[in-house]
Amino acid sequence: MSEPKLATREVFSSRNVFILAAIGSAVGLGNIWRFPYVAYTNGGGAFVIPYLVALLTAGIPLLFFDYALGHRYRSAPPLALRRAGKKWTEALGWWQVLVCFVIGVYYAAILAWAAMYFFFSFTEAWGADPGAFLMGEFLQVAETPGVGFDFVPQVAIPMLVVWILTIGVIALGVKRGISRANVVMIPLLLVMFLILVVQAVTLPGAVDGLNAFFTPNWAALGDPAVWAAAYGQIFFSLSVGFGIMITYSSYLRRRTNLAGSGLVVGFANSGFELLAGIGVFATLGFLMQSTGQSMEDVAAGGIGLAFVAFPSIVSSTGIGPLLGVLFFASLVFAGFTSMISIVEVVVAAIQDKLGLGRLQSTLVVGLPMAAVSMLLLPTTTGLYFLDITDEFINKFGILAGAFAMVVAVAWVLRKLPLLQSHVDRVSSVRFGRVWLVLMGIVVPVVLGYILITEIITKVTTPYGGYPTGLLAGFGWGMVVLTIIGAIALAATPWKRATITHVDEDALDTKYEEIMAK
Amino acid sequence: MTATALIMMIVAMLTLWGGLAAAIVHLVRSPEVIVDEGDD
Repeated sequence: MSEPKLATREVFSSRNVFILAAIGSAVGLGNIWRFPYVAYTNGGGAFVIPYLVALLTAGIPLLFFDYALGHRYRSAPPLALRRAGKKWTEALGWWQVLVCFVIGVYYAAILAWAAMYFFFSFTEAWGADPGAFLMGEFLQVAETPGVGFDFVPQVAIPMLVVWILTIGVIALGVKRGISRANVVMIPLLLVMFLILVVQAVTLPGAVDGLNAFFTPNWAALGDPAVWAAAYGQIFFSLSVGFGIMITYSSYLRRRTNLAGSGLVVGFANSGFELLAGIGVFATLGFLMQSTGQSMEDVAAGGIGLAFVAFPSIVSSTGIGPLLGVLFFASLVFAGFTSMISIVEVVVAAIQDKLGLGRLQSTLVVGLPMAAVSMLLLPTTTGLYFLDITDEFINKFGILAGAFAMVVAVAWVLRKLPLLQSHVDRVSSVRFGRVWLVLMGIVVPVVLGYILITEIITKVTTPYGGYPTGLLAGFGWGMVVLTIIGAIALAATPWKRATITHVDEDALDTKYEEIMAK
Repeated sequence: MTATALIMMIVAMLTLWGGLAAAIVHLVRSPEVIVDEGDD
């Protein structure tokens, strides 16, 4: 029997570098600005129970699922899913790639804002009313939601820098670019964030903030919405199900302890979220005390937390710019390592499909992405595009795409036992049948439930009260576009040299031999 | 901090940071083996 020959591929120099890159991808803005608020509004201290259950029963199993696909078939999502299945499963891979394309387009803008706020921190440029400063002076948001091309230079220039750096790092390749960026930034992020948290918990009022955050509301555990929130948080925070982990694990040596590495990544991501929760709520406790408001008034998540609440806090601590500088530098580092991983998915997929070199494929992908991004985001209407597209692409791109992939691989292709034996063969921890049950039943049921709930919500109430036309374009339209694009890309032929079909038995034998060495 | 909030904070720290520590210890104890994987 001839050995399956898969194309020569770049590799991470070691397991530890891969782990850092995977943590860099997983730890992003969502860990810092989403988790604390989600936990607070869904039972506080009691949230730790559904959260832990979700991590163990869905997050880590999905992480292994992505690792198995990327590692076994050694390619970005379209080719990995093609090798695991057929042409229609390749389309599911392209769907993930296009979702990453869209996310990269607007993620660059948030990174640019965070970078600008890093500099604003030194002078407290936001003045007495950070909310008005953000929407007015800084973003110059148009009063009516719509599409416009009035450019805002103070957003456009840092965005351009973000794109140049992202393209530069990816063009340098897995070892010289992606690895180095993560090896430097992730330890630095941890150190900066630890200093931030120590500063935060010593602020007056911090204890009240932590009390508000950790006091359990046990009744919340009986609410299915709280459980859905826990699964949703784990799912969105771990960077699973939309191609990133498939792509990164495709750069691993064949003999790599997948499950052992995955456990570190999964717990590191959640561990960082807990740290962020403590830091954020300690500072919110300070805000609560200094303004005499209640936690319900000051608690916030997302853009409101980062660019409105946090600047207010920095201004009123009286300890100088340190808190703001550390916070926004952390956002930039956490965001940049995630941005790299998002764009890398698209670059790797195009590299597989067109058989181009690293530099060429980076430019073929990076330049159009940057162009679309620079055209739509640094404008007076950019915030509307970002808000709507982010919401819809998260729910009906990432979530729906992951659901479709899991159902396809588990229920239609019935490849779970094969993937399970693949992960178990190379790993020091074996999950065997437990993983089969979790991936075959628990994960698709939970993802399906959250997806259906989201569809009902979006259909019955227009998101954010935006005009229907805008929601149809930036929201539903964007989702439909990614699906049509995915089908079209899957229909285009592969180069003749590309191996789209693998002999699974021969591949198993190859792994057995490598593990026996 | 109140007793219940403190307990929940400790529970969260023990499970998440403890889990991370355990995962790291486990990984260190199964060191990476690099072998010639052939050309592909």
